[in-house]
Amino acid sequence: MIVGEQKPFDEIWEMVKGHRQLTVFGCNTCVAVCHQGGNKEAEILASLLRMRAVQEEVTIEVVHGGIERQCEHPFFESAQEQLVASEAVLSLACGIGVQFVAGKYPSTPVYPALNTTFLGDVPADGLFTEKCQACGDCVLGVTGGVCPVSRCCKRLFNGPCGGSANGKCEISKEIDCAWQLVVDRLEALGKLDDYEKIAPIKDWSKDRAGGPRSFKLEGF
Amino acid sequence: MELNTDSKLEKILKAGHLAVTSECGPPRSSDPAGIIKKGHLIKDHVDCINITDNQTSVTRLCSLAACIHLKREGLEPVLQMVVRDRNRIALQSDILGAASFGISNVLCLSGDHQSFGDHPKAQNVFDIDSMQLIQTVRHMRDEGRFLGGDEIKVPPRLFVGAAANPFADPFKIRVPRLAKKIAAGAEFIQTQCVYNLEKFELWLQGVVDRGLHEKVFILPGITPMRSVGMAKYMARAVPGMDVPADLIKRLSGVPKEKQSEEGITIAVEAIQRLKELPGVHGFHIMAIEWEEKVPEIVERAGLYPRPQVA
Repeated sequence: MIVGEQKPFDEIWEMVKGHRQLTVFGCNTCVAVCHQGGNKEAEILASLLRMRAVQEEVTIEVVHGGIERQCEHPFFESAQEQLVASEAVLSLACGIGVQFVAGKYPSTPVYPALNTTFLGDVPADGLFTEKCQACGDCVLGVTGGVCPVSRCCKRLFNGPCGGSANGKCEISKEIDCAWQLVVDRLEALGKLDDYEKIAPIKDWSKDRAGGPRSFKLEGF
Repeated sequence: MELNTDSKLEKILKAGHLAVTSECGPPRSSDPAGIIKKGHLIKDHVDCINITDNQTSVTRLCSLAACIHLKREGLEPVLQMVVRDRNRIALQSDILGAASFGISNVLCLSGDHQSFGDHPKAQNVFDIDSMQLIQTVRHMRDEGRFLGGDEIKVPPRLFVGAAANPFADPFKIRVPRLAKKIAAGAEFIQTQCVYNLEKFELWLQGVVDRGLHEKVFILPGITPMRSVGMAKYMARAVPGMDVPADLIKRLSGVPKEKQSEEGITIAVEAIQRLKELPGVHGFHIMAIEWEEKVPEIVERAGLYPRPQVA
């Protein structure tokens, strides 16, 4: 899923304080799981903004709302009236949702309340870790199910580098060495000999490097 | 003796001599005088000189330009190239540029992560990895083609090296990793600084057992310690470094003003022990900001005078 983190409150305030009316708008799927951008978080953030407005003696009407997903048209039906009437929207969605709202309401200012941080999992309660960078050409089948693009700090396809120590990455003892994990998995699968196969040079045109990506299903 | 390039290093290694290479870091300025001076300090005692490529991710005068300065002085440079900062277009372009100046050696590296350097907010590139850079240079040289497939009318003739760190983890893949670099096309190997001789010998035994020492020339890295403080720092803070407690104890046991001399002696002893081993084809002496000590180390280790090759 997509993981995001709320921006520092002061940064949010600086973006929105010039408006007289603001809708704080939650997105209740991915970024709700990480307790950063769901409809509940939108309600809390709206309260904090109202308090700040009082403190700073700024007149701004702050309301909150939210839908299940800000990245698909059908979900917007229930909020259509509220959004059309808004002077500005503070979206708690990921960057996708923020852009989708901006695209739907071309004359309404839309601000991001979150920094979209990564595509990740939830290995333990309250812990979110990056697992994919959507590079467009998955190699997990040959790396024992461990992604070298998102989990190796140098995204080495033929790792590990010389900085791997005690299972950790050279840049931080908090980060597992992805290639230690690859090697451990290959060994567990009885495929350690596969380590010596040289991974070919990657086609990055399927990644961000190739420009914005899209695909269209036939028959829709 | 079949030679693939005009490299002096290749000639010396293929003639069966123990090679001696060294390393100089370029300045953090546009003045080349320092790197030229360093080169002249050591030129009679080494066969070629590696020029580091923004080592530890600290921005410096570029490796290629520094290599050109040494080449103009009649010295033999080894162009270090990291894949951290350049994509395949820039790397291939610089390889052609190096060859156009008669630079005949390249060392293919990943590069330290940018978080260690002076621009931790920089993007990193890693379009290809060090293994694939080895393949790239060999492809350009031997197939006479770019990675994209187009022909190179005058291919770059570079002797291709790679690094190996026998002390990094997981240890069990360190010999297979060398095999992989050889399969990719590495012709010589310069290793991480060797302080833990037992572990190095264990790794080398694995290399010899697979016959890999007959497919590549291996030059263990030797870096003299200037003080017990340096030894402790390297043990604690330098990624991939294995500094045994015994070595720190030995340096601690001599007065401060004698520690650098003891560090040189330890380096000389390491060379003398390792040069007898099958699979050791020379030494890569990296005296970090202490280049003036390289001649003494080379002489005391019995590696002087250097062989002359045509």
